Amino acid sequence: MSDSSPDAATAVARQPDPYAADDLQLLDPRKVGMACFLCSEAAFFTTLLVAYGLYIGQDTSGPTPAAALSLPLVSINTLLLLSSSGTIAAALNARQNGRRRACCTYLGFTILLGSLFLLGTGVEWQALISDHGLTLSRNLFGSTFFTLLGFHATHVGIGLILLLTVLILEARACLPPDSSAPELVGWYWHFVDGVWVVVFGVVYVLGR
Amino acid sequence: MSTGTENRTALQATTASWWDGWLTTVDHKRIGLMYLVASCVFMALGGLEALLMRFQLWQPNLELVSAGTFNQLFTMHGTTMIFFVVMPIQAGMANYLVPLMIGARDVAFPRLNAFGFWMFLFGGGLLYFSYIGAMGLYGSGSAPDIGWYAYAPLTSPAFSRGNSTDYWLLSTLLAGVGSVSFGINLIATIVTMRAPGMRLRVMPLFVWMMLVTSGLILFAFPPFTAAEIMILFDRHLGTHFFDTQAGAHGLLWQHLFWFFGHPEVYILALPAFGMISEIIPVFSRKVIFGYSSMVAATVGIGFISMSVWAHHMFTVGMTSTLDLFFSGATFLVAVPTGIKMFNWTATLYGGKLNLTVPMLFALGFLTLFLVGGLTGVMLAVVPMDWQLSDSYFLIGHFHFVAFGGILFAIMAAYYYWYPKMTGRILGRRLGLWHFWLQFIGFNLTFVPMHFSGILGMPRRVYTYQADAGLEIWNQISTVGAVITGLGLLCFVCNLVVSFRYGRVAGDDPWNAWTLEWATSSPPPSYNFERIPSVKSRRPLWDLKHPTDPDWLHE
Repeated sequence: MSDSSPDAATAVARQPDPYAADDLQLLDPRKVGMACFLCSEAAFFTTLLVAYGLYIGQDTSGPTPAAALSLPLVSINTLLLLSSSGTIAAALNARQNGRRRACCTYLGFTILLGSLFLLGTGVEWQALISDHGLTLSRNLFGSTFFTLLGFHATHVGIGLILLLTVLILEARACLPPDSSAPELVGWYWHFVDGVWVVVFGVVYVLGR
Repeated sequence: MSTGTENRTALQATTASWWDGWLTTVDHKRIGLMYLVASCVFMALGGLEALLMRFQLWQPNLELVSAGTFNQLFTMHGTTMIFFVVMPIQAGMANYLVPLMIGARDVAFPRLNAFGFWMFLFGGGLLYFSYIGAMGLYGSGSAPDIGWYAYAPLTSPAFSRGNSTDYWLLSTLLAGVGSVSFGINLIATIVTMRAPGMRLRVMPLFVWMMLVTSGLILFAFPPFTAAEIMILFDRHLGTHFFDTQAGAHGLLWQHLFWFFGHPEVYILALPAFGMISEIIPVFSRKVIFGYSSMVAATVGIGFISMSVWAHHMFTVGMTSTLDLFFSGATFLVAVPTGIKMFNWTATLYGGKLNLTVPMLFALGFLTLFLVGGLTGVMLAVVPMDWQLSDSYFLIGHFHFVAFGGILFAIMAAYYYWYPKMTGRILGRRLGLWHFWLQFIGFNLTFVPMHFSGILGMPRRVYTYQADAGLEIWNQISTVGAVITGLGLLCFVCNLVVSFRYGRVAGDDPWNAWTLEWATSSPPPSYNFERIPSVKSRRPLWDLKHPTDPDWLHE
């Protein structure tokens, strides 16, 4: 405070302000938050995948992945989930162009595809449990397999609840046009799809 | 703008109607204070456990506590201090200070913030409820006794009956969920809510270090959560993740745990570095030396700390390639840390030092952390580690880092920011007693451990042999622990007495430079009436010296 004569202060004020030109282009906190959350989720799934990968072929007793896992059903499942990424992209696109009806229809399709995926997983597990006797406690393969796929399926289920919420809100026009919620749910859904691609690669391609 | 006195009255008034003032609050400052108060309670508990252990080790073959109780004590002490003392203090300080320092009115997600706090508190409650509730049907074991690292197969149902291990798992899992939500929130706040003009290159160093810390939390905690879920499944659903008889590897747990555990060390230490980086310049009356290299070193530590975890595992018999890699990475992480030490010292050099209590603690941090860092480099040498691992040398080393380093920095932060949080300055007389008792007590406790460790005293064992030359070192340690306890008692007295009778602080008692000192003490709930605009690293200096602002020179 010592050296504040008014003249000197105006002289400083006339100096060019180094920061005047670049106003901060800050991001949307919700998007940053969601991105961070998905990073932590990725770390979580990576750990389960590492455990799965490490224990491939370490079992002391059967059934083995090669004997128990069947590709046809899981391929259909994969197609269902991957195409749901397409439908949700279409839904968000429609929303951006202000076509609410189309958005709701695509969201409905996404939910349908996700539910079919869960149904397919149920059918697969039913066969594993009753035909092969594979459970969580049967052997190392069962432990790692059901934990990894179970957590993924749980995430699909949570995604479905989120999608349903967005669908209901959107159908009733409760969401403002600039709400980022549908896009963020979309990110989550794409993430769950991405995890599935890795799971498919590790469990059904490498591990079989 | 409302004055500090008014805000202080409001602070006290809502203490009366605590239900809507505190329990349901989403205000970042109140949540910060609740973190800090809760951590004090846990620190008292963790400290008592440490004292009990020290009393047990006063003489060889003493039976003050049984071997089983001793196992519980070191488990609870470690778990409490890491998860429920230092973590919440860092979270509390960051909650309180980061929005103020970046000129924001609150964090990005206030309700998520409250969620994180209550998860931590619930987790801590669960951990201590184990003393009452963990007996289970077996009637065996109350508190967890698996060590804070919970190595497999100690946690398997065969070796850990009753529910104590489950309480440990659930409490740390919940605290971890709270930490992740805290990290997400803080990154979103720092990235998107800075005041106009506050670009990343002028952001206060404490905020920078909290940003890197939050990033580490995002990648370190989820693997730990996943690993804990694996144990829970092993214990209750019959899976075989860590069951060697089914072909699994117990070593997987160690890798997963330390993959969390070592970044965790830096999650605890980086905020402390940030505090020191704020305090030393103010009391040296100089700008921080090497701001950019400080930021670079922080980010460097962030990356390197993710790849040093297995230096905790040199003695489990990894391949020599792995030993070499993790040893090398550990040496490497000493480089950015050394850069920081250099910068702090260079900031002191030629400064006009003002030996206030926070500055004394900061200087204490510098000396003690240096010693802890150097013994850390010693332990990074694999053959040295083979000799000293799991001995009291290691205990001495990491207490120099965690107590001498981190906790001294935290104490500096308490003395430095208490005036902002309460409107009163912590008393200097009690503060000096606190500092000297803690400094002397600390050294008496932990220096001898290096010697008893080299003489061969193993950690985690409830007693030791007579005539092995260990008595004297243990007795010095115990005396030191009591002195440290007295010092901390002075601290608590100071906190309580100064809240009522302390000297009124005013907005800016230290003539400091960052934005938290631009508002009243304590700040109003909205922090700033007008959001300040920032042009340099010392925005408050610019306000105080309009004719010679920093941004002309930076």
